[in-house]
Amino acid sequence: MAELTYRDAVIRGIAQEMTRDPDVVFLGEDIAKAGGVFKATVGLFEQFGPMRVRDTPISEQAILGAAMGAAMTGLKPIAEIMFSDFIAVCFDYIANEFPKSRYMSNGQVKCPLVVRTGNGGGARFGAQHSQSVENWCMMIPGLKVVAPSNPRDVIGLMAAAVRDPDPVIFFEHKSLYPTKGEVPDGEIVDTLGTAKIVRPGKDATILALALMVPRALAAAEKLKSEHGIDCEVVDVRSLVPIDTQTILGSVARTHRLFTVEENPRLCGWGAELVSIVADEAFYDLDGPPVRITTPHIPLPAADILEDLALPSVDRITDRIQRSLNT
Amino acid sequence: MAKIEEHAPALKASLNDDIGEEKRLEMYRLQVEIREAEQRAFDLFLQNLVKGTSHLSLGQEAVAAGFAAAMRPGDLSFCTYRGHAHTLARGVPITKVLGELMQRDIGLMRGKGGSMHLTSVDHGVMGSYAIIGAHLPIACGAAWRAQYKGAKDVSVCFFGDGTTNIGAFHEALNFAAVWKLPVVFVCENNLYMEYTPISDVTAVQHPAADRAASYGLERIIVDGNDADAVYRSAMAAYDKARAGGGPSLIECMTYRYSGHSRADPAKYRPEGELEKWKERDPIKLYRERLKQFGIGEETIFRIETDVKREVDEATEECKAAPPPSLDILTTDVYADGGFAWRN
Repeated sequence: MAELTYRDAVIRGIAQEMTRDPDVVFLGEDIAKAGGVFKATVGLFEQFGPMRVRDTPISEQAILGAAMGAAMTGLKPIAEIMFSDFIAVCFDYIANEFPKSRYMSNGQVKCPLVVRTGNGGGARFGAQHSQSVENWCMMIPGLKVVAPSNPRDVIGLMAAAVRDPDPVIFFEHKSLYPTKGEVPDGEIVDTLGTAKIVRPGKDATILALALMVPRALAAAEKLKSEHGIDCEVVDVRSLVPIDTQTILGSVARTHRLFTVEENPRLCGWGAELVSIVADEAFYDLDGPPVRITTPHIPLPAADILEDLALPSVDRITDRIQRSLNT
Repeated sequence: MAKIEEHAPALKASLNDDIGEEKRLEMYRLQVEIREAEQRAFDLFLQNLVKGTSHLSLGQEAVAAGFAAAMRPGDLSFCTYRGHAHTLARGVPITKVLGELMQRDIGLMRGKGGSMHLTSVDHGVMGSYAIIGAHLPIACGAAWRAQYKGAKDVSVCFFGDGTTNIGAFHEALNFAAVWKLPVVFVCENNLYMEYTPISDVTAVQHPAADRAASYGLERIIVDGNDADAVYRSAMAAYDKARAGGGPSLIECMTYRYSGHSRADPAKYRPEGELEKWKERDPIKLYRERLKQFGIGEETIFRIETDVKREVDEATEECKAAPPPSLDILTTDVYADGGFAWRN
């Protein structure tokens, strides 16, 4: 057991898989000699050499296209898109190429690759370097989508993503890079499509993802100590495939559902989960499901404005307390 | 119109037989097969037996034949939505191609891909891509794998003149040059990007070749209606790639006889342009070439009759074949064979 930052967990997760399988290769902007703009790839170039850890030009289409061509012909590439906002400049590969090649070719073409990308707000970077865009990928048949909230899950889900035979979009949260967590020694391999109950409780279910998980946990502690409300917090972890059984099971016990989403309101992942719960567990609910999200706005740069936009511990606490007391 | 001669220099038959009779017969056969199969696809459209859309290579057969004939087994082709020709040229059976166009269960992808996405991994046809420029970076990735693994295969990426104005073209060219990848980029310049003359929308005269210098590459323009010229150019580029010399960009001057797609009657062409190009029809030219090398009329005639019979037989086989079974609607979305996104 060792304490590791989320950032160092990314390095360890990639290194674990590159050590295991010589077909795992890694490409992206500034990832090799510079060690990554978030310092989340430091040492990989030195450890695995210039043929396996390669700097690219600022050419996001070339990065993802090359990853796909390598994956189709036998390698297991990990591609970095520095900020998830930049997915917009290479969205063709995410939307049209990776996820449809297997289907269109009637199973002939395989696309086992991982796109890892820095997602989310909190760094005062403004509207084009701060977004939470999991839902851009979640809606596309053929993709898998994960977003870890802690160092242990970074390693385990990275291993699962690299070993998965399908294209996986791996959202790392930029504001979580410096956070720390306990990580067991040795190889860690997790399973895609599994949510985790990170805090058991009986009064309400809170679904959260990535940076919203620690905030939901902090809100749950406040609700308990200040209002005597005992919340269950579920770290959704994997949006596709999605572990609806854990979520439905939790709602069946608590009878209330809240989602905490960093994305702007419309079409966030929580909307899909609320819809599933409404459809399949309506009579388990004692009250309307509530989505706590960023408003339908681009993210501002100023700290007081960005803090106002993203769901905060206080907003989560207040919203849940008001819902349960009416 | 005025530029035709410049774009397509007059055929200068070389009597230096560096290519050989066997290869020439193969290239003639491929060109006739593509011509007959494409013409058949067009006819089947008129009978509503081919649905959706279709982009034919009538008039551009020499490019596909020359590049494919110069390939080794294991070399990889990346095509566009105008990809029937390149698919057939790698030896994919006519029945598989027509079957896909006709949405039959015996089609190459059982009707799940359609005309614009012909793929046959077993033949090295790694897909036909319908988003302009998408496959240039993908071909780079396949070439990266060859470089990394020390394999000697070459990735060959075909695209039209219109592709040279999209970002992915430029990203891929730079990427391939910097990484010295064994990839060959082939621009089939048929003078029109969809409905608009390429010269109306491009800053340079030769949309591919005039950009080569930006990526440290040689400026190569080939008579795309002469299969021998195409073949020689392909061989040189493949040899360079296999030797670790990096990518090539080749611009083949050619002309499509039909519209951009089946919806396009190609009314935008100046009068007489099509007729002028048909005087330099690649198959007509090559028939004369074969005769120059002493190949008899009888041999040529037999190839043509054999191919026509094969296309007829393939057509009948496809007409008699059933549509895809409905259970494939949800198969192969994910690697587990299905489309499950939740437990």
